[in-house]
Parts: sequence; C-alpha cells; structure tokens
Amino acid sequence: MTSLTQKNHLTNLYIYMLAFTSGFSIMCVELLAGRILAPFFGSSVHIWGSIITVFMLSLSIGYLLGGKLSTHSATLTRYGFIFIIAGITLLPIVTSSQSLMEVIFLAIDDSRYGSLVASTVLFFIPTIILGMLSPYSVRLLVKHSNESGQVAGKLYFVSTLGSAIGTIVTSFYFVMWFEINTIVLSVSLLLTLLGAVTIIIEKLRVAAKKSNHRKVVKHA
Amino acid sequence: MPNYSIKLMATITSLLLVITIQSAMAKVVHSERSLYRNIIVEDKGDLRCLKFNVKTTKTRQSCLQKSQPQQLVFNYTKQLLTALLVNPNPKRVLIIGLGGGTMSNALHQLYPQSNIDNVEIDQSVIKVARQYFGFLENSRIATYSQDGRVFVKRALLKKQTYDWIILDAFNGDYIPEHLMTAEFLQEVKSLLSSQGVLTANTFSSSKLYAYESATYKKVFGDFYQVTNPENNNRIILAKKNGFTATSLIKADALLNNPLLSKQLADIGVNSSQLFRNMKYTKDHQDWDNASMILTDQFSPANLLNMDSN
Repeated sequence: MTSLTQKNHLTNLYIYMLAFTSGFSIMCVELLAGRILAPFFGSSVHIWGSIITVFMLSLSIGYLLGGKLSTHSATLTRYGFIFIIAGITLLPIVTSSQSLMEVIFLAIDDSRYGSLVASTVLFFIPTIILGMLSPYSVRLLVKHSNESGQVAGKLYFVSTLGSAIGTIVTSFYFVMWFEINTIVLSVSLLLTLLGAVTIIIEKLRVAAKKSNHRKVVKHA
Repeated sequence: MPNYSIKLMATITSLLLVITIQSAMAKVVHSERSLYRNIIVEDKGDLRCLKFNVKTTKTRQSCLQKSQPQQLVFNYTKQLLTALLVNPNPKRVLIIGLGGGTMSNALHQLYPQSNIDNVEIDQSVIKVARQYFGFLENSRIATYSQDGRVFVKRALLKKQTYDWIILDAFNGDYIPEHLMTAEFLQEVKSLLSSQGVLTANTFSSSKLYAYESATYKKVFGDFYQVTNPENNNRIILAKKNGFTATSLIKADALLNNPLLSKQLADIGVNSSQLFRNMKYTKDHQDWDNASMILTDQFSPANLLNMDSN
C-alpha cells in the first residue's frame, strides 16, 4: 500500500513538473512574439496589444477545451499527446513565420490589424493547446473532490511560477545567448520529448500493472 | 546644540539656494508622459531642449537657440551633415526619428526644393516638435507617425528611393532593436538611390559598439565614422554602393564647394571642422573582426548596451 501511495506521489510530482514546463513555454514564446513580429509590424504599443490579446484569448479557449476533454477517460497517455501536439504546432513559427508575415504585411496596410492577424496565425493554435494542459492536469491530480481546490491552487502556483521564470530567463539571458528560432525550436522539442516520455511511462505502468495482475491471478 | 542648529540652517539655506539657482537655469516649459517615454521641454536661457528622460546622462536631446532657430546646436547633428560631402545635392531625404524636428528644418533651409519625409513612432513627439520647436511642414516636408521599420518596408513596396537617409531613432535609454539588425540595414540600403547615403547616429560607449559596427560593415562594406572627442556620439556614414578609391572623401571636397561651405556656415556648421573627425574604417577599424553581427534572430542591443566596454 505504501509503495502505491509513493508511486502516486511521484506521478503527481511529475505532472506538476509538466505543468511548470507548459507555463514556462507559454511565456517564453509570448515574449519572443514581440521580436518575431517587429521586423514586419514594428514595436509600437499596439503590437503588444495584439500579442497579449491573442495569447489571453487562446488560453481562455484552451482552458475551456482542456476541461471538456478531461471529462472523457482522462489518461496520462492523452495528456502526453497534448504535449506532443503543442510541440508540433509551435514548429510553423520557426519554419514559416517569415513567409506568413510577408503575405499578411502585403495584404493588410494597418499595422495594428496586421499584427493582430499575424499573432493569430502564428500563436493562436499552439497557445490553445498549451492552455488545455492546465485543467487536464487538475483532472489527473484530483483524487477526491474535497482536495480539488487545493490541487487547483497548487497547479496555478506551479504553472504561473513556470511562466514567471520563462519570462525572466528568456528576456534576460536566452535572447543574448541564442537565436529566436533556436529558442522556439528547443521549446518545441522539449514539449514533444516530455510528451513522448509521459506516454512511455504510462505504457510501462500499465504493463507493470497487467503483469502484477497476472501474478495475482496465478496465485489464486 | 546651537552649533548643530546653525549647521542645519546653513545646510537648508544652501540647499534652497541650489534649488533656486537650478530652477533659474532650467525652466520646464512642457512635460508629458507619452505612450513611449517622458517628454520634457526645457528652457535654459536662450536654449530650448527636448529631453526624453531627466535622470540619465546618456539621454540624447534636441535643442535650438530661440534667438537663432536656424542654427544647429548639437555636434551630432552637425556631424550628420558629413553626408553632404558624399552627396551634395540630395533631392529626397528620409529622417527616421524626429526629435524636435531641428534637422528637418535645417535641411529645408539648405535645400528648399528637396522633399523631406520625417518618420516618428511617437505622436506626442510630433506634437511637441510642432508646438515648441517650430517644426516646419509644407508640401515638401511630410511627417509620418509610424514605426521606422514598417515605413521602410512600405516605402520599398512603393518602389520609392531616397538620396539621403538619416537614422536617428536611438535616444540612449531604449534602443528599438529591430532598427539595428542586418536585415533592416539591408532594407535601408535597398531604399537608397544609386548615389544614396546613410548617416546613422549610433553608440560608441558600450559592448554594442563592436556588434553594431560589424553589422554595418557586413551590409555596407567599409564606411566612415564621424566622432567627436567631446561626446560619445558616433555617426556612421555609409554609401549604397560603398566607397571606391575615386569616391573616397577628400579633405578638399568642401573647399571645392564654396557654396555649400557658405550654406553650412549659415546654420552654424564649420565645414572644415566636419572633415577633421572623419575616419575610414578600412584604415581605422577599431573593433574586433570576430564580432558577431546583429540580426532579426539575434539582437540583444539593449542588453549589450548596459555593459560599458
């Protein structure tokens, strides 16, 4: 029994770590968004207006969708897949942001709406996916309804702490050490890798459970 | 005890005195907080200055003499005029970063027939330039409240060209990092006419110096630097097609052009002094060759500008 609670405890820690990473990734990318848009849309105040609007909007939608998704057989495997999808949807920022922004720049004269469309095209989907992770994490962590508030509080704490650290590390150091594409690519790889590891861990756990079960059945 | 109170009174009196003297020296005529910075218009006797920040000493300012508004007051604005040694008759001029509009006014006086486009991101700065610095606009002088990079990109699409582009968008406190990258300079280069010149007011006192220099060299090849021992401004003077042996600036360029010398003298510029502080980077490169260049992908200009060399 003790080993089971210990295992649960480890899994929970792992989920909190993942939530931290998603918070970190969101703000790391949001901070770079200003840099990514500047060559085409400048650095006027409305550029940050566009970026923050798109991130807030997509996070709100992500929370809604993540919560909804968590009601149907929530598993670590699915959770891992969300990470992989988040990682993949970040890739167009690296591969095609130049050409996408060129098209938008040509099509829209007003840099306010140009930057709004560009941030939507580049950041809307990956941020929705990253936003889905928070409510999904709560679902995986909550075992009894009376602890749900505490779990949600802890999760907000961890993921927002991740956001804070993602912001400061990116703006103080990463931009001085690496190119923007390198940073976004690393975030994308990190999320994909964590997703894959999560799925593998879950597979191993299920396999272990099955073999345990078989042992029990044999003994019987 | 009485000793203390005398000391205290003396301190207070001297403090008050200092405050009164200072306020007599500089009077704030106007101050406002715009979307981008604090804007202060200050009068010191005959001198009226536009400041973007009170605290730092690094801050650049734009000044005019109220009694002789056509005179250029600051050395760096005079240094910018070295562009005329390369292209003495610019028909179309682009100024990125308006300040008080003093450069635009001076150029209009020198070349009343030339077209001048001013680009300034901050609408409040434009308003202050009109209200307090007699910034002149007419059918040949236009002002655009826009980000410099966006303006340049749009101008390229419209296939416009300029004979002289003046880049003066750096006020010392915050650097618009997207206006310092190789990609941006390439865009500026494309916007120049075949004989076009770029003068940029840049930094010379931090780690940024080497990065910035390397970036200009990468895009424009060797260029001239105009420095002034009295301040830490450095003007970069680059040509669209680079300098060749025949197009190198000669000391007698101005002597052969008495009209220009006379016109420059009218706005307070000693033309023989202009040449004195110019150095060609091919002969006088004062940064490390291995320096990285700034790109849209890598441009931590503000972080680099924090550490002094």
